Formats: sequence, C-alpha cells, structure tokens
Amino acid sequence: MSGRYTALLIALLLLITLPYWMTGVYYVNVASQILFYAIFALGLNVLAGYGGLVSLGHAGLFGVTAYATGYMLQLGFSHTTAIIFALVTGVAAMAVYAALSLRSTGIGFIMITLALGEILWGLAYRWISLTGGDNGLSLKTRPEPLGFSLANADTFYYATLIVFLLSLAAMMVFVRSPLGAALMGTRDEPRRMNALGYHVWAIRFYACLFSGLLTAISAILFVYYTQFISPQTLALTASAEVLLMVISGGAGTLLGPIVGAALVVVVKTVVSGFIERWNFLLGAIFVAIVILMPEGLVPGSVRLWRLARRQRERRAARMPAKVEAKP
Amino acid sequence: MSALTVTNLCKSFGGLHVTTDVNLNVEAGERRLIIGPNGAGKTTLFNLITGELTPDSGTVELFGQDITKVPSRRRAHLGMARTYQIITLFTRDTIIHNVTLALLGLSPARWNPLIDLKRQGHFVEQAQAALDRIGLGHIANRPLRQTSYGERRRVEIAMALTQNPKVLLLDEPFAGLSIDERRDVHQLLLAIPRDVTIVMIEHNMDVALEFAERITLLHFGEVIVEGNRAEVVADPRTREVYLGH
Repeated sequence: MSGRYTALLIALLLLITLPYWMTGVYYVNVASQILFYAIFALGLNVLAGYGGLVSLGHAGLFGVTAYATGYMLQLGFSHTTAIIFALVTGVAAMAVYAALSLRSTGIGFIMITLALGEILWGLAYRWISLTGGDNGLSLKTRPEPLGFSLANADTFYYATLIVFLLSLAAMMVFVRSPLGAALMGTRDEPRRMNALGYHVWAIRFYACLFSGLLTAISAILFVYYTQFISPQTLALTASAEVLLMVISGGAGTLLGPIVGAALVVVVKTVVSGFIERWNFLLGAIFVAIVILMPEGLVPGSVRLWRLARRQRERRAARMPAKVEAKP
Repeated sequence: MSALTVTNLCKSFGGLHVTTDVNLNVEAGERRLIIGPNGAGKTTLFNLITGELTPDSGTVELFGQDITKVPSRRRAHLGMARTYQIITLFTRDTIIHNVTLALLGLSPARWNPLIDLKRQGHFVEQAQAALDRIGLGHIANRPLRQTSYGERRRVEIAMALTQNPKVLLLDEPFAGLSIDERRDVHQLLLAIPRDVTIVMIEHNMDVALEFAERITLLHFGEVIVEGNRAEVVADPRTREVYLGH
C-alpha cells in the first residue's frame, strides 16, 4: 500500500516539474494533450467503467462544448462567460443524451449514443451559419485567469495540470461515495439494486451528468489548446478513440483511463513522427492488450506483478526445505 | 391484521395465463408457504407482489395500503424485501459490501456523492452485526466469489433482513443446498422475529412443511388449495397435482 503511495507521489512530482526536465515546447504540449484527454477518458469511464454503459457518442458532447466556447467568444463574450456557458451546454447536451439513451442498456445504449453523436457531427458539418462548416471556428486568444497568460506552453500545461488533478480528485471521491457504490451496483445487478430500494434510472442519470461535466471540462481545455474546432472533433473515430483509451488502460479503474490516454496520445503525436503507419501500430498495441491483458493495462500489470511476486515467494518458501532434506 | 392481501390478481404473457384470479391473504407475523409444480406461476406471483411485473388486473395491498401502482423500488421502502430463486448478489465485492448496499438502499445517504462509504461507521457496524447474527461475521471481508453457495444464500437472506422488512418474500431459499447448509438456513429462518411476515416458495417439503403455518397450492396460475398444513397435505387435490399419486 505504501509502495503505491510512493509511486503516486513520484508521478505527481514528475508532473509538477515536467516543463523543467522535458526538452522542448513540443513535448510539454504533448503532456498537456495527454492530461486533457485523460480528463475526457475519466469522464467516459464514469459510464463505461463504473456504470456499465458504453457510450459511442461522447465526441459529440465534447464537440458541442468546444463549439459553444468558440461561438460565444466569436460573439464577443468574455472567456469566463464563454466557459460557463460551454460547461452548461455540455452538461445539458448530456442530459438530453441520457434522457434518450437510458431507455435501454447494453447494445441499445451504444447504438443510441452513437446515433446522437452522428447527429451532432452532421449538425457541426452542415449548420454552417453557426459552426462555420468544414472551415471550423478559430479562437483568437487563450484566457488569462488571475492575470496569468496561458499563451505559452508551460503556463497552459500548468493550468491543465491543475484542472486534471481536480478532476482526478473528484473521481476519487465519487468512486468511494455511496452514489459511486450505487452506480457500480447498478452495473453489476440492476434488478437487485431496484429491489433494494435504489432508483436505478436516476443513479444512471446522475452518473451521466458527472460524465458530461468531465467531458465538457476536457473539451474546453482542448479548444483553448488547439484554438480551433472543426467537425472532425465530433467524428465517430474520436468517440471510438476515447473509448479505446478507457478500455486499453482499464475500464472501471481510476488510473486506467489516464494510462490509456497517454498511450493513445503518445502514439498519435510522437510516434507518428517516426512511423508512418502509426495507425497500424496503435491497432497492433490494442490487439496485444486484448490478448495479454483483456482487463486493461493497469489492472493487467497489477495482476502480472502479483503473479510474479507470488511465484517468487513460493520459490523462496521451497528453498529451505530442499536444504534441510540434504543430509 | 393482514400484512399482505392480493385480490383477483391476473397476469398473462400473450395467450399464456400465468396468474389467474389469485387471491391471497397473509396475516401479520404469519409463515406462509406457496407450493406448486414447475410453471405453476409461483415466481411470477412474487414478481407481481414486489412490483417487478405489472399485473393486468387486480390489486396488491401491504398492511391495507394499495401498492399496485407503487414502483418496486418504493416497495422496499414500505417494508417489502425479497430473495431470488437464482442468487442475485454483487460477486465482485466483499460480503460486507453486499450487506452495506442493502442498508444504504433505504438510507437517504445513497444519493451522496461526496462522503466515503467505508468510513460511515454506522453502516459498517450494522452490516457487521447482521453478519455476526448469521454466523458469517468472521469472513465479512471475504470477496463474495470466494464463498460457497450456502453462504451466499445466507448473505442474501441477511441482506433482506438488514432492511428490517415487514414482509419477507423468499423464493426457494433451500434450493441447491446441502443437508448441512439447509440446516443453517433453516435455523436462520426460525430465528426471524414474529414481527416479520414471511411468504416462502419452496419445493423442499421436509423443511418447508415444518416451517409453514398455512400453505397455498398453485397450479396453472390458480390457487387450488389453501389451508393449514394438515388440511393441505390431506387434500386429495394436493396429492394429485403436487405430491404425486
């Protein structure tokens, strides 16, 4: 247990000092991307991991929030107003998603969220007066919270890190809470939960709102990072990508989605600079994960590590017996 | 006073009449046994009583209150608890977490997203006490998947009991148990205080007949015979449809 805390502390220190030891603005920006995609993955993990509700439409929510930010700024509103409006829009969009898709679970839920995501993608593409169509929307500036300009890579990284740590803390609290336990209960035995007096639909609905909030937060960081939003952000491949982050890292675990986000972003941005067929590589990695650790990288690694330790202990226990048997 | 009253209850799936005009009156504190051959509609009757299925017609009353339209999750809050024929528990979690979920289900704290569930002392104590009572206190923190079938059956009954139900519905609590396990569950049921009304579906006649005061025999969704133990066992119709020859 204490080993785990030491590891987390070292990870935290590395994250805080990252701009000092990471060479080059480019890699600091990659780190920022990992962090806000990790928030996105954490948000989807609330549903896919803890709620057993796999959504294939989260990129739509992500995109709606990003467009809302860009559109408000274009209308001349301040960053604060734009961010608040975008958060409300993102969560409200999730509420509509939830109202429609929570009518079913399993494949039905996947298909409805997929359809809703495609509708939003279509709107982004075709509602040109609002979204600029294929040309997208550009953001001229980044915000300056408390007078700190987020214009350069380091300050933006720190702002993202703070939001990321707050999101992770919120997840940690939620997962240990009664509502978190109830959500996992509805994932495993919804019928029993209902018989025990829980309102299964409402629990799932609240989980959706929490997921939507995290998604919206990550989308705002994303849109300020790229200072550009176009329909591609809402595409099905984007929804699939974040779902792969969750599943490859370990659905229903706290750290899994973060590891998954790091894996996908690193392959997409860094490795793609060296290997032309990075898509193939990413596919191969996913296949390897599915074969070797179907539960995801984080729980899979923990399992293998425990297995190795147990074998080591067993070997250690066998050794003295052999020595005694000699004379 | 009657704890549970079922009046003219009907349910059909397509053309199949699973429950036909069933009337049932269970007094407070009574131990009622429902028997009947496979497909007689016993579990369907339970699902109608707990609200997991909606009846086509008829009413269900709990202590005089008409609950026919009350959603099943609310019925738990009104004092109805059940166990399932196929054990339905949270296999990924520990035994004590299963019981804690049962306690939490009736508490307003179940909506709280901010507190740490494991640090809520009163839940932990109550859950531990409930497990101590059924003799599983020493393995409270064992993951459920590492427990035996008999232990699971007792955990399921303990979960229902921690909710302090007024009416407890047990769907084949002895099914699939070994003789020793059957004795454990039997003792557990005998220890339930009289302010809990129990309705039980069971095939295992040697234990069930001893436990029940009144028996209802269902056949093709209809109540065929009802009465005390001796009456029902002696009734020729019981022998015909159920006990055989």
